[in-house]
Amino acid sequence: MSRRTALKALGATLGAAAFAQAIAPLTEWAADMSVDEYLQKHYKELSPVDLAMVIARLEQRTKEETGVEVHIGDYRPQPGVKFGYALNLSICVGCRRCAQACHVENNHDRPSGNSYIRVLEMQKGSMDLAKGRVNYSGPVPNPEKFYLPVQCQQCDKPPCVSVCPVEATWKETDGIVVVDYNWCIGCRYCEAACPYHARRFNWKKPEIPAAEINPDQGYLSNRIRPQGVMEKCTFCLHRTRQGKLPACLEACPTGARVFGNLLDPESEIRWVLKNKRVFVLKEDVGTQPSFFYFFDE
Amino acid sequence: MMLRAAPILIGVALVSVALAGQWMIGGGASLEGRGGAREVRADAEGDAAVIARTAPRVSAGLVDYHGVEAGVSCMTCHSTREPDRANGLGGALPKTFHQGLAFAHAGMSCLSCHHADDYDSLRLADGRKLAFRDSQQLCAQCHGPQTRDYLNGSHGGMTGYWDKSRGGRVRNACIDCHDPHAPAYPALIPVFAPRDAAARQQAEREQRHHRHE
Repeated sequence: MSRRTALKALGATLGAAAFAQAIAPLTEWAADMSVDEYLQKHYKELSPVDLAMVIARLEQRTKEETGVEVHIGDYRPQPGVKFGYALNLSICVGCRRCAQACHVENNHDRPSGNSYIRVLEMQKGSMDLAKGRVNYSGPVPNPEKFYLPVQCQQCDKPPCVSVCPVEATWKETDGIVVVDYNWCIGCRYCEAACPYHARRFNWKKPEIPAAEINPDQGYLSNRIRPQGVMEKCTFCLHRTRQGKLPACLEACPTGARVFGNLLDPESEIRWVLKNKRVFVLKEDVGTQPSFFYFFDE
Repeated sequence: MMLRAAPILIGVALVSVALAGQWMIGGGASLEGRGGAREVRADAEGDAAVIARTAPRVSAGLVDYHGVEAGVSCMTCHSTREPDRANGLGGALPKTFHQGLAFAHAGMSCLSCHHADDYDSLRLADGRKLAFRDSQQLCAQCHGPQTRDYLNGSHGGMTGYWDKSRGGRVRNACIDCHDPHAPAYPALIPVFAPRDAAARQQAEREQRHHRHE
Protein backbone atom coordinates (compact mmCIF):
# COMPACT_ATOMS: atom_id res chain seq x y z
CA MET A 1 0.00 0.00 0.00
CA SER A 2 1.40 3.34 -0.93
CA ARG A 3 1.62 6.16 1.55
CA ARG A 4 -0.92 8.07 -0.54
CA THR A 5 -3.51 5.27 -0.39
CA ALA A 6 -2.99 4.85 3.31
CA LEU A 7 -3.50 8.56 3.98
CA LYS A 8 -6.59 8.58 1.76
CA ALA A 9 -8.07 5.62 3.63
CA LEU A 10 -7.26 7.22 6.98
CA GLY A 11 -8.80 10.50 5.87
CA ALA A 12 -11.94 8.80 4.60
CA THR A 13 -12.31 6.85 7.84
CA LEU A 14 -11.85 9.94 9.99
CA GLY A 15 -14.25 11.88 7.79
CA ALA A 16 -16.90 9.20 8.01
CA ALA A 17 -16.50 8.98 11.78
CA ALA A 18 -16.75 12.74 12.18
CA PHE A 19 -19.84 12.80 9.99
CA ALA A 20 -21.47 10.01 11.97
CA GLN A 21 -20.66 11.85 15.19
CA ALA A 22 -22.07 15.08 13.78
CA ILE A 23 -25.39 13.56 12.77
CA ALA A 24 -25.73 11.40 15.88
CA PRO A 25 -28.23 13.77 17.57
CA LEU A 26 -30.31 13.63 14.41
CA THR A 27 -30.56 9.85 14.46
CA GLU A 28 -31.48 9.91 18.13
CA TRP A 29 -34.12 12.50 17.45
CA ALA A 30 -35.45 10.55 14.48
CA ALA A 31 -35.89 7.48 16.68
CA ASP A 32 -38.41 9.50 18.64
CA MET A 33 -40.40 10.44 15.53
CA SER A 34 -42.44 8.09 13.38
CA VAL A 35 -42.69 8.41 9.62
CA ASP A 36 -46.34 9.37 10.01
CA GLU A 37 -45.36 12.16 12.32
CA TYR A 38 -42.63 13.37 9.99
CA LEU A 39 -45.05 13.48 7.07
CA GLN A 40 -47.90 15.00 9.10
CA LYS A 41 -49.56 17.98 7.45
CA HIS A 42 -50.19 21.41 8.95
CA TYR A 43 -53.11 21.50 11.43
CA LYS A 44 -55.23 23.57 9.06
CA GLU A 45 -54.71 21.07 6.23
CA LEU A 46 -55.50 17.97 8.23
CA SER A 47 -58.80 16.32 7.28
CA PRO A 48 -61.03 15.28 10.20
CA VAL A 49 -59.98 11.66 9.61
CA ASP A 50 -56.29 12.56 9.56
CA LEU A 51 -56.64 14.59 12.74
CA ALA A 52 -58.52 11.79 14.50
CA MET A 53 -55.63 9.44 13.61
CA VAL A 54 -53.04 11.95 14.80
CA ILE A 55 -54.87 12.40 18.10
CA ALA A 56 -55.27 8.64 18.55
CA ARG A 57 -51.52 8.25 17.96
CA LEU A 58 -50.69 10.95 20.52
CA GLU A 59 -53.04 9.47 23.11
CA GLN A 60 -51.58 6.03 22.49
CA ARG A 61 -48.04 7.29 22.85
CA THR A 62 -48.81 9.05 26.14
CA LYS A 63 -50.35 5.80 27.36
CA GLU A 64 -47.24 3.84 26.37
CA GLU A 65 -44.81 6.33 27.85
CA THR A 66 -46.61 7.22 31.07
CA GLY A 67 -49.42 4.73 31.53
CA VAL A 68 -51.91 7.58 31.74
CA GLU A 69 -55.15 7.61 29.73
CA VAL A 70 -55.50 11.12 28.40
CA HIS A 71 -58.15 12.67 26.23
CA ILE A 72 -56.97 15.11 23.59
CA GLY A 73 -59.80 17.20 22.17
CA ASP A 74 -59.78 19.35 19.04
CA TYR A 75 -61.65 22.36 20.40
CA ARG A 76 -62.62 24.88 17.73
CA PRO A 77 -63.56 28.54 18.17
CA GLN A 78 -67.26 29.23 18.75
CA PRO A 79 -68.97 31.58 16.33
CA GLY A 80 -69.81 34.93 17.93
CA VAL A 81 -67.14 34.62 20.58
CA LYS A 82 -63.98 36.68 20.94
CA PHE A 83 -62.21 36.26 24.24
CA GLY A 84 -61.07 39.13 26.40
CA TYR A 85 -59.31 39.15 29.72
CA ALA A 86 -58.99 41.97 32.23
CA LEU A 87 -56.94 42.14 35.41
CA ASN A 88 -57.55 44.46 38.34
CA LEU A 89 -54.15 45.62 39.59
CA SER A 90 -55.70 47.20 42.68
CA ILE A 91 -56.87 43.78 43.83
CA CYS A 92 -53.99 41.54 42.73
CA VAL A 93 -51.85 40.75 45.79
CA GLY A 94 -49.02 38.97 43.96
CA CYS A 95 -49.59 35.53 45.50
CA ARG A 96 -48.62 33.80 42.21
CA ARG A 97 -51.38 31.24 42.51
CA CYS A 98 -52.31 31.97 38.88
CA ALA A 99 -48.81 31.00 37.73
CA GLN A 100 -49.00 27.84 39.77
CA ALA A 101 -52.44 26.91 38.42
CA CYS A 102 -51.13 27.41 34.87
CA HIS A 103 -48.21 25.10 35.63
CA VAL A 104 -50.54 22.34 36.80
CA GLU A 105 -53.31 22.80 34.23
CA ASN A 106 -51.10 22.99 31.17
CA ASN A 107 -48.82 20.00 31.80
CA HIS A 108 -45.71 22.11 32.17
CA ASP A 109 -42.26 20.69 32.73
CA ARG A 110 -41.90 20.11 36.48
CA PRO A 111 -38.09 20.45 36.92
CA SER A 112 -37.98 23.92 35.33
CA GLY A 113 -41.21 25.11 36.98
CA ASN A 114 -42.49 26.47 33.68
CA SER A 115 -45.62 28.62 33.54
CA TYR A 116 -47.17 30.93 30.96
CA ILE A 117 -47.63 33.59 33.63
CA ARG A 118 -44.92 35.76 35.15
CA VAL A 119 -45.86 38.02 38.04
CA LEU A 120 -43.80 41.21 38.20
CA GLU A 121 -43.43 43.15 41.42
CA MET A 122 -43.54 46.78 40.31
CA GLN A 123 -42.72 50.03 42.05
CA LYS A 124 -45.91 52.04 42.61
CA GLY A 125 -46.11 54.88 40.11
CA SER A 126 -44.00 53.14 37.48
CA MET A 127 -45.01 51.10 34.46
CA ASP A 128 -41.44 50.21 33.44
CA LEU A 129 -41.72 46.47 32.86
CA ALA A 130 -37.93 46.16 32.74
CA LYS A 131 -37.79 47.20 36.40
CA GLY A 132 -40.35 44.60 37.47
CA ARG A 133 -38.95 41.91 39.72
CA VAL A 134 -40.00 38.27 39.52
CA ASN A 135 -37.88 37.03 42.46
CA TYR A 136 -39.92 38.59 45.22
CA SER A 137 -40.88 36.74 48.35
CA GLY A 138 -43.53 37.37 50.98
CA PRO A 139 -45.41 38.49 52.74
CA VAL A 140 -47.37 40.13 49.96
CA PRO A 141 -48.64 42.63 49.13
CA ASN A 142 -45.77 44.96 49.96
CA PRO A 143 -47.47 48.34 50.49
CA GLU A 144 -44.92 50.11 48.27
CA LYS A 145 -45.44 47.79 45.32
CA PHE A 146 -48.08 46.57 42.95
CA TYR A 147 -48.16 43.23 41.20
CA LEU A 148 -48.42 42.79 37.46
CA PRO A 149 -49.11 39.29 36.15
CA VAL A 150 -48.05 39.04 32.50
CA GLN A 151 -49.04 36.30 30.09
CA CYS A 152 -49.89 36.12 26.38
CA GLN A 153 -51.92 39.21 25.52
CA GLN A 154 -53.59 37.46 22.53
CA CYS A 155 -52.82 40.50 20.35
CA ASP A 156 -54.97 41.42 17.38
CA LYS A 157 -51.73 42.35 15.58
CA PRO A 158 -49.47 39.62 16.90
CA PRO A 159 -45.78 40.11 16.00
CA CYS A 160 -45.10 36.48 16.93
CA VAL A 161 -47.39 35.35 14.13
CA SER A 162 -45.96 37.60 11.44
CA VAL A 163 -42.35 36.55 12.12
CA CYS A 164 -43.00 32.81 12.00
CA PRO A 165 -41.24 31.54 8.85
CA VAL A 166 -43.41 28.42 8.55
CA GLU A 167 -46.86 29.64 9.67
CA ALA A 168 -46.81 27.29 12.62
CA THR A 169 -48.55 29.91 14.75
CA TRP A 170 -51.68 31.90 13.91
CA LYS A 171 -54.60 33.78 15.40
CA GLU A 172 -57.96 32.02 15.53
CA THR A 173 -61.37 33.67 15.12
CA ASP A 174 -61.98 33.80 18.88
CA GLY A 175 -58.77 35.76 19.28
CA ILE A 176 -56.53 33.03 20.64
CA VAL A 177 -53.05 32.76 19.15
CA VAL A 178 -52.18 29.08 18.85
CA VAL A 179 -49.17 26.96 17.89
CA ASP A 180 -49.18 23.75 15.85
CA TYR A 181 -46.58 21.90 17.93
CA ASN A 182 -46.06 19.42 15.10
CA TRP A 183 -45.35 22.13 12.52
CA CYS A 184 -43.14 24.40 14.62
CA ILE A 185 -39.45 24.18 13.73
CA GLY A 186 -38.26 25.72 16.99
CA CYS A 187 -36.44 28.72 15.50
CA ARG A 188 -37.64 30.92 18.41
CA TYR A 189 -38.21 33.99 16.20
CA CYS A 190 -41.63 34.38 17.86
CA GLU A 191 -40.04 34.35 21.30
CA ALA A 192 -37.78 37.20 20.24
CA ALA A 193 -40.63 39.10 18.58
CA CYS A 194 -43.04 39.05 21.52
CA PRO A 195 -42.89 42.34 23.46
CA TYR A 196 -44.40 40.61 26.53
CA HIS A 197 -41.96 37.68 26.85
CA ALA A 198 -44.99 35.44 26.68
CA ARG A 199 -43.58 32.58 24.65
CA ARG A 200 -41.66 29.61 26.02
CA PHE A 201 -39.34 27.13 24.34
CA ASN A 202 -39.25 23.44 25.15
CA TRP A 203 -35.54 22.84 25.60
CA LYS A 204 -36.44 19.27 26.42
CA LYS A 205 -39.55 17.15 26.49
CA PRO A 206 -41.60 18.18 29.52
CA GLU A 207 -41.15 15.84 32.49
CA ILE A 208 -44.29 15.33 34.54
CA PRO A 209 -44.87 12.56 37.09
CA ALA A 210 -47.66 10.31 35.76
CA ALA A 211 -49.90 11.08 38.72
CA GLU A 212 -49.73 14.81 37.97
CA ILE A 213 -50.54 14.71 34.25
CA ASN A 214 -53.73 16.61 33.48
CA PRO A 215 -55.65 14.16 31.27
CA ASP A 216 -58.08 16.77 29.90
CA GLN A 217 -56.03 18.05 27.01
CA GLY A 218 -56.45 20.15 23.91
CA TYR A 219 -54.61 19.48 20.66
CA LEU A 220 -53.70 23.17 20.34
CA SER A 221 -53.23 23.78 24.05
CA ASN A 222 -52.09 21.67 26.99
CA ARG A 223 -51.24 18.31 25.43
CA ILE A 224 -47.71 17.29 26.38
CA ARG A 225 -45.43 19.18 24.04
CA PRO A 226 -42.59 17.62 22.06
CA GLN A 227 -39.01 18.76 22.53
CA GLY A 228 -37.77 21.71 20.51
CA VAL A 229 -41.02 23.60 19.92
CA MET A 230 -42.53 26.86 21.12
CA GLU A 231 -45.50 27.07 23.42
CA LYS A 232 -47.62 29.83 24.91
CA CYS A 233 -50.73 30.70 26.89
CA THR A 234 -53.88 29.71 24.99
CA PHE A 235 -56.38 31.19 27.49
CA CYS A 236 -56.84 27.49 28.40
CA LEU A 237 -58.76 26.92 25.17
CA HIS A 238 -59.50 23.31 26.13
CA ARG A 239 -61.53 24.82 29.00
CA THR A 240 -62.72 28.15 27.65
CA ARG A 241 -63.98 26.78 24.34
CA GLN A 242 -66.21 24.54 26.44
CA GLY A 243 -67.55 27.53 28.35
CA LYS A 244 -65.36 27.14 31.42
CA LEU A 245 -63.22 29.79 33.06
CA PRO A 246 -59.43 29.64 32.58
CA ALA A 247 -57.42 27.91 35.30
CA CYS A 248 -55.58 31.09 36.31
CA LEU A 249 -58.87 32.88 36.97
CA GLU A 250 -60.23 30.04 39.09
CA ALA A 251 -57.03 30.03 41.13
CA CYS A 252 -57.14 33.77 41.83
CA PRO A 253 -58.19 34.18 45.47
CA THR A 254 -59.04 37.86 45.20
CA GLY A 255 -61.07 37.94 42.01
CA ALA A 256 -58.61 40.23 40.24
CA ARG A 257 -59.26 38.47 36.94
CA VAL A 258 -62.28 38.96 34.66
CA PHE A 259 -62.76 36.78 31.60
CA GLY A 260 -65.45 36.64 28.96
CA ASN A 261 -66.78 37.24 25.49
CA LEU A 262 -65.94 40.67 24.07
CA LEU A 263 -68.73 40.34 21.50
CA ASP A 264 -71.44 39.92 24.16
CA PRO A 265 -72.51 43.40 25.31
CA GLU A 266 -73.94 41.91 28.52
CA SER A 267 -70.72 40.14 29.50
CA GLU A 268 -68.71 41.06 32.57
CA ILE A 269 -65.61 41.77 30.53
CA ARG A 270 -67.59 44.35 28.54
CA TRP A 271 -68.79 45.91 31.79
CA VAL A 272 -65.17 46.31 32.86
CA LEU A 273 -64.14 47.85 29.54
CA LYS A 274 -67.04 50.28 29.71
CA ASN A 275 -66.82 51.28 33.37
CA LYS A 276 -63.16 50.98 34.35
CA ARG A 277 -60.22 52.97 33.07
CA VAL A 278 -58.50 50.11 31.31
CA PHE A 279 -55.15 50.15 29.57
CA VAL A 280 -53.00 47.69 27.68
CA LEU A 281 -49.31 46.95 28.09
CA LYS A 282 -46.96 48.66 25.62
CA GLU A 283 -49.79 50.24 23.67
CA ASP A 284 -47.18 52.17 21.67
CA VAL A 285 -45.90 49.02 19.92
CA GLY A 286 -49.28 48.62 18.23
CA THR A 287 -49.98 45.00 19.08
CA GLN A 288 -53.62 45.63 20.09
CA PRO A 289 -53.86 43.16 22.98
CA SER A 290 -57.05 41.39 24.07
CA PHE A 291 -55.70 41.53 27.61
CA PHE A 292 -56.56 44.62 29.64
CA TYR A 293 -55.39 45.98 32.98
CA PHE A 294 -57.06 48.45 35.28
CA PHE A 295 -56.85 50.07 38.67
CA ASP A 296 -59.84 50.82 40.86
CA GLU A 297 -60.65 54.48 41.29
CA MET B 1 -80.84 22.45 37.88
CA MET B 2 -79.19 24.45 40.62
CA LEU B 3 -80.71 22.21 43.29
CA ARG B 4 -79.29 19.09 41.73
CA ALA B 5 -75.87 20.68 41.47
CA ALA B 6 -75.94 22.00 45.02
CA PRO B 7 -74.18 19.08 46.78
CA ILE B 8 -71.34 19.19 44.26
CA LEU B 9 -71.04 22.95 44.60
CA ILE B 10 -70.94 22.67 48.37
CA GLY B 11 -68.15 20.13 48.04
CA VAL B 12 -66.18 22.42 45.76
CA ALA B 13 -66.76 25.32 48.10
CA LEU B 14 -65.61 23.44 51.18
CA VAL B 15 -62.48 22.20 49.44
CA SER B 16 -61.62 25.64 48.18
CA VAL B 17 -62.17 27.20 51.59
CA ALA B 18 -60.07 24.47 53.19
CA LEU B 19 -57.28 25.15 50.71
CA ALA B 20 -57.58 28.87 51.25
CA GLY B 21 -57.05 28.36 54.97
CA GLN B 22 -53.60 26.89 54.39
CA TRP B 23 -51.92 29.92 52.95
CA MET B 24 -53.53 32.80 54.75
CA ILE B 25 -51.36 34.20 57.48
CA GLY B 26 -51.68 36.92 60.08
CA GLY B 27 -54.48 39.45 60.26
CA GLY B 28 -57.73 38.40 61.80
CA ALA B 29 -59.33 35.24 63.08
CA SER B 30 -59.11 32.08 61.07
CA LEU B 31 -61.88 31.26 58.64
CA GLU B 32 -62.77 28.18 60.61
CA GLY B 33 -64.28 28.78 63.99
CA ARG B 34 -65.79 32.06 62.90
CA GLY B 35 -68.90 30.01 62.88
CA GLY B 36 -71.92 29.40 60.79
CA ALA B 37 -72.52 26.49 58.45
CA ARG B 38 -71.76 27.23 54.82
CA GLU B 39 -74.46 26.83 52.27
CA VAL B 40 -74.59 27.37 48.55
CA ARG B 41 -77.50 29.04 46.86
CA ALA B 42 -78.32 30.76 43.64
CA ASP B 43 -77.92 34.53 43.50
CA ALA B 44 -80.52 36.95 42.17
CA GLU B 45 -79.61 36.14 38.57
CA GLY B 46 -80.15 32.46 39.22
CA ASP B 47 -77.07 31.55 37.22
CA ALA B 48 -74.44 31.77 39.88
CA ALA B 49 -74.05 30.34 43.32
CA VAL B 50 -72.87 32.26 46.33
CA ILE B 51 -71.45 30.78 49.45
CA ALA B 52 -73.32 32.12 52.45
CA ARG B 53 -73.23 31.35 56.13
CA THR B 54 -76.03 30.67 58.53
CA ALA B 55 -75.97 32.24 61.99
CA PRO B 56 -72.60 31.68 63.65
CA ARG B 57 -71.83 29.70 66.75
CA VAL B 58 -69.37 31.33 69.08
CA SER B 59 -66.47 29.33 70.40
CA ALA B 60 -66.83 28.76 74.13
CA GLY B 61 -63.08 28.25 74.45
CA LEU B 62 -63.78 24.73 75.72
CA VAL B 63 -63.62 21.31 74.17
CA ASP B 64 -66.22 18.62 74.68
CA TYR B 65 -65.74 14.97 75.65
CA HIS B 66 -64.68 14.13 72.08
CA GLY B 67 -62.14 16.90 71.90
CA VAL B 68 -64.36 18.94 69.58
CA GLU B 69 -64.45 22.65 70.16
CA ALA B 70 -67.70 23.63 71.81
CA GLY B 71 -69.70 26.32 70.07
CA VAL B 72 -72.75 28.01 71.43
CA SER B 73 -75.49 29.95 69.72
CA CYS B 74 -75.45 33.68 70.39
CA MET B 75 -78.97 33.46 71.76
CA THR B 76 -77.85 30.99 74.44
CA CYS B 77 -76.68 33.98 76.44
CA HIS B 78 -78.23 36.92 74.72
CA SER B 79 -81.84 35.75 75.15
CA THR B 80 -81.54 36.42 78.87
CA ARG B 81 -79.12 39.30 79.17
CA GLU B 82 -79.76 42.93 78.43
CA PRO B 83 -77.76 44.22 75.46
CA ASP B 84 -74.99 46.61 76.45
CA ARG B 85 -75.85 49.37 74.03
CA ALA B 86 -73.05 51.58 75.30
CA ASN B 87 -70.37 49.03 74.47
CA GLY B 88 -68.39 50.46 71.59
CA LEU B 89 -65.62 48.45 70.03
CA GLY B 90 -66.08 45.21 71.88
CA GLY B 91 -63.01 45.70 74.03
CA ALA B 92 -64.89 45.13 77.24
CA LEU B 93 -66.72 42.01 76.08
CA PRO B 94 -66.71 39.14 78.53
CA LYS B 95 -63.55 37.21 77.78
CA THR B 96 -65.09 33.79 78.31
CA PHE B 97 -66.99 34.06 75.06
CA HIS B 98 -66.28 35.89 71.81
CA GLN B 99 -62.99 33.99 71.61
CA GLY B 100 -60.63 34.63 68.80
CA LEU B 101 -62.46 37.67 67.50
CA ALA B 102 -60.33 40.55 66.30
CA PHE B 103 -61.96 43.97 66.18
CA ALA B 104 -60.67 46.23 63.47
CA HIS B 105 -63.63 47.36 61.40
CA ALA B 106 -63.64 51.13 61.30
CA GLY B 107 -65.20 52.53 64.49
CA MET B 108 -68.16 50.24 64.52
CA SER B 109 -69.70 48.74 67.61
CA CYS B 110 -71.11 45.21 67.91
CA LEU B 111 -74.65 46.47 67.65
CA SER B 112 -73.93 48.33 64.43
CA CYS B 113 -74.36 45.00 62.68
CA HIS B 114 -75.72 42.57 65.31
CA HIS B 115 -79.37 42.93 66.16
CA ALA B 116 -79.80 43.77 69.85
CA ASP B 117 -83.21 42.11 70.07
CA ASP B 118 -82.27 38.97 68.14
CA TYR B 119 -78.64 37.98 68.17
CA ASP B 120 -79.28 35.26 65.60
CA SER B 121 -79.96 38.05 63.12
CA LEU B 122 -78.04 40.94 61.72
CA ARG B 123 -79.15 44.54 61.75
CA LEU B 124 -79.37 46.84 58.78
CA ALA B 125 -78.57 50.52 59.27
CA ASP B 126 -82.27 51.38 59.44
CA GLY B 127 -82.84 48.84 62.23
CA ARG B 128 -84.44 46.10 60.15
CA LYS B 129 -83.46 42.50 60.82
CA LEU B 130 -81.36 40.65 58.28
CA ALA B 131 -80.65 36.92 58.17
CA PHE B 132 -76.98 35.94 58.44
CA ARG B 133 -77.22 34.23 55.08
CA ASP B 134 -77.94 37.64 53.51
CA SER B 135 -74.92 39.30 55.12
CA GLN B 136 -73.75 40.68 51.77
CA GLN B 137 -76.55 43.23 51.97
CA LEU B 138 -75.10 44.43 55.26
CA CYS B 139 -71.67 44.93 53.71
CA ALA B 140 -73.22 46.66 50.72
CA GLN B 141 -74.60 49.48 52.85
CA CYS B 142 -71.13 51.00 53.19
CA HIS B 143 -69.06 49.26 50.52
CA GLY B 144 -70.88 50.49 47.44
CA PRO B 145 -68.07 50.35 44.85
CA GLN B 146 -67.08 46.84 45.96
CA THR B 147 -70.70 45.69 45.77
CA ARG B 148 -71.10 47.21 42.34
CA ASP B 149 -67.94 45.44 41.17
CA TYR B 150 -69.02 42.19 42.81
CA LEU B 151 -72.39 42.28 41.09
CA ASN B 152 -70.61 42.84 37.80
CA GLY B 153 -68.22 39.96 38.29
CA SER B 154 -65.06 41.93 38.89
CA HIS B 155 -64.50 41.48 42.61
CA GLY B 156 -64.12 38.20 44.46
CA GLY B 157 -62.92 34.80 43.37
CA MET B 158 -65.06 32.34 41.46
CA THR B 159 -64.96 28.98 39.72
CA GLY B 160 -67.09 27.47 36.99
CA TYR B 161 -68.29 28.75 33.63
CA TRP B 162 -67.91 32.10 31.86
CA ASP B 163 -70.63 30.93 29.45
CA LYS B 164 -73.72 30.96 31.63
CA SER B 165 -75.67 28.98 29.07
CA ARG B 166 -73.36 26.02 29.64
CA GLY B 167 -72.92 25.94 33.39
CA GLY B 168 -73.02 27.73 36.72
CA ARG B 169 -70.42 29.30 38.92
CA VAL B 170 -69.49 29.23 42.56
CA ARG B 171 -68.64 32.67 43.87
CA ASN B 172 -67.07 33.65 47.15
CA ALA B 173 -69.14 35.80 49.46
CA CYS B 174 -67.60 38.91 51.06
CA ILE B 175 -66.85 37.15 54.32
CA ASP B 176 -65.05 34.25 52.68
CA CYS B 177 -62.09 36.57 52.21
CA HIS B 178 -62.83 39.42 54.62
CA ASP B 179 -63.27 38.68 58.31
CA PRO B 180 -66.29 40.87 59.12
CA HIS B 181 -64.72 41.88 62.44
CA ALA B 182 -61.32 42.71 60.91
CA PRO B 183 -61.91 42.92 57.19
CA ALA B 184 -58.45 43.86 55.90
CA TYR B 185 -57.37 41.14 53.48
CA PRO B 186 -54.69 39.04 55.17
CA ALA B 187 -51.08 39.13 53.97
CA LEU B 188 -50.00 36.06 52.01
CA ILE B 189 -46.80 34.17 51.41
CA PRO B 190 -46.50 33.87 47.62
CA VAL B 191 -46.37 30.35 46.24
CA PHE B 192 -44.50 28.92 43.25
CA ALA B 193 -41.22 30.87 43.29
CA PRO B 194 -40.08 31.27 39.68
CA ARG B 195 -37.17 29.13 38.49
CA ASP B 196 -37.05 30.09 34.82
CA ALA B 197 -34.35 31.98 32.92
CA ALA B 198 -35.88 35.36 33.79
CA ALA B 199 -35.63 34.57 37.49
CA ARG B 200 -32.06 33.29 37.20
CA GLN B 201 -30.93 36.32 35.19
CA GLN B 202 -32.51 38.67 37.65
CA ALA B 203 -30.84 36.93 40.58
CA GLU B 204 -27.46 37.20 38.83
CA ARG B 205 -28.02 40.86 37.98
CA GLU B 206 -28.92 41.68 41.53
CA GLN B 207 -25.93 39.77 42.86
CA ARG B 208 -23.58 41.73 40.56
CA HIS B 209 -25.21 44.96 41.60
CA HIS B 210 -24.81 43.98 45.23
CA ARG B 211 -21.08 43.29 44.78
CA HIS B 212 -20.53 46.69 43.17
CA GLU B 213 -21.99 48.53 46.12
